[in-house]
Amino acid sequence: MQNSNQLDKRRGLHEERACCTRLIDVGVRFEGKTALQQVNLHVHCGELTAIVGPNGAGKTTLLRAIMGEISHSGELLFQPAGDSDQQKRPQIGYVPQRIEIDKSAPLTVLDLFAATGTRWPLWLWYPKKIRDEAYEALNLVGGAELIERNLGRLSCGQLQRVLLALALKPVPQLLLLDEPLAGLDHAGTAQFYEIVSGLRRYLDLSILLVSHDLNAAASIADRMVFINDKTLLFDGTPAEVLKQEDVRLAFGLDDEPVSSAFKSYCAVDDGTKE
Amino acid sequence: MSYWSWLIGSLPFEWAQFSFMQNALLAILLVSPLFALIGTLVISNQMAFFSEAIGHATLTGIAIGALLGLPDPTWSMIIFCVLLALAVTVLRRYGTVSADTLIGLVMSFAVALGVVLLSRDGGFSKYSGFLIGDLLTITPTEIGRLAVILLVVGVLWVLYFNHFVLSFLNKSLARSRGLNVWATEAFFSSIVALVVAVSIPWVGLLVVNSLLIIPAATARNLAVNSRQYVLIAFCLSLVASITGLVLSFYWGTATGATVVLVAMMLYALSFLLKR
Repeated sequence: MQNSNQLDKRRGLHEERACCTRLIDVGVRFEGKTALQQVNLHVHCGELTAIVGPNGAGKTTLLRAIMGEISHSGELLFQPAGDSDQQKRPQIGYVPQRIEIDKSAPLTVLDLFAATGTRWPLWLWYPKKIRDEAYEALNLVGGAELIERNLGRLSCGQLQRVLLALALKPVPQLLLLDEPLAGLDHAGTAQFYEIVSGLRRYLDLSILLVSHDLNAAASIADRMVFINDKTLLFDGTPAEVLKQEDVRLAFGLDDEPVSSAFKSYCAVDDGTKE
Repeated sequence: MSYWSWLIGSLPFEWAQFSFMQNALLAILLVSPLFALIGTLVISNQMAFFSEAIGHATLTGIAIGALLGLPDPTWSMIIFCVLLALAVTVLRRYGTVSADTLIGLVMSFAVALGVVLLSRDGGFSKYSGFLIGDLLTITPTEIGRLAVILLVVGVLWVLYFNHFVLSFLNKSLARSRGLNVWATEAFFSSIVALVVAVSIPWVGLLVVNSLLIIPAATARNLAVNSRQYVLIAFCLSLVASITGLVLSFYWGTATGATVVLVAMMLYALSFLLKR
């Protein structure tokens, strides 16, 4: 890995005293109605918290509130590592759901990095610095070889990794993953989880993962949070949360297993695609 | 200007001896990069129909100028087109009809209103010059105006190109990067409206959009990255414009439309190359 010195420094701090992100009594009112209320959550760095719940429960609203896309009541604070008592809003990285990209767009992965992170016009030659930074971020997700590739020609798994790399520049304190696996098949899911899992420790990140795939989320998460009826109902280890009656009911865990109607529309990226 | 006349006049071509051709060539050298820069983003954001509509809507801008008794309708065209572009952006955000229906409706209204106003007392033929434009009548003052606009757009494209690209690529990704997507789109639409309105007298409202989108569409067939995209669109726009201008001189045809035909030939070639 490229920027390991700087990262080791961060990890060193982590040993002394863990950093964390706190959500204190977060609520959202939207068009006169309560969309979310009384969400209290305390996530440590290096920890992956899965947010699960049925559709319309308020998961996406919570993410949008954290990102500052919609206004919210309550507080969102980041406590840095070390003795400092200073608290501020965390630096947030965001990986959207699989995004639609015009296949004919003449845009490379490097162009995407330059467009999101710099004001250097894409139609000029890039300074070395921009290329190096993009390379560094891609390297973290094992995608350095994708740098000159056209966005429209990436497989779903590759695109998802590029979006993850994009969210790591600059390195965030809180990383939000919004259903990042919708559309990936099992192998693609496993690969993506493996990368995310490695990053949480390597970069000492707090990760919030929104997912409707309960089993996949449970297998990777350190903690699980169940959201329903516009508030946070349970908070614990995946095993604890999965035992809850409400959770089992909401996800139909005690029902007879039915063959999944959900078909993955993206192949795993096996590197053979052009 | 005199240096330019001397420079072009010393070329060993018949057309290069006429001052109207020298002016037209200079104008085209300014307009082509302008159109290439804007066209690439128009295509990226699937706004080809929008820019077409703005071009047609200039009819109403001309009519308003005529009603107000302005000797030159440029300002009324610019103001009307920019306001219309902003209105379309707002309606796209809050309206419930799809974008192409909305733009179709707005264009129908603006064209009909313009034709009704301009055809009072059977006087529409006075304005038919705006339909096909006449590049050969451009004056040095007007060329100066184009140069200023090119300069302004050039600066804006250095400052905001990345913002445009990102918000047109994916809105939620752009928002997560702190961009105000709607403001960006409104800003871009206004610039498109401005440039289209200013170019109408010289290229004509029937073909203005072709000049905007064909070079960019051609470049899209050939380019892999953003740099190539803009560069290729720029070069194609120049080649098509100069070739079209010279051909129109010998054929005695309207310059704008001749340029469009050359550009379409290049598009066809690029389409074959892509296969």
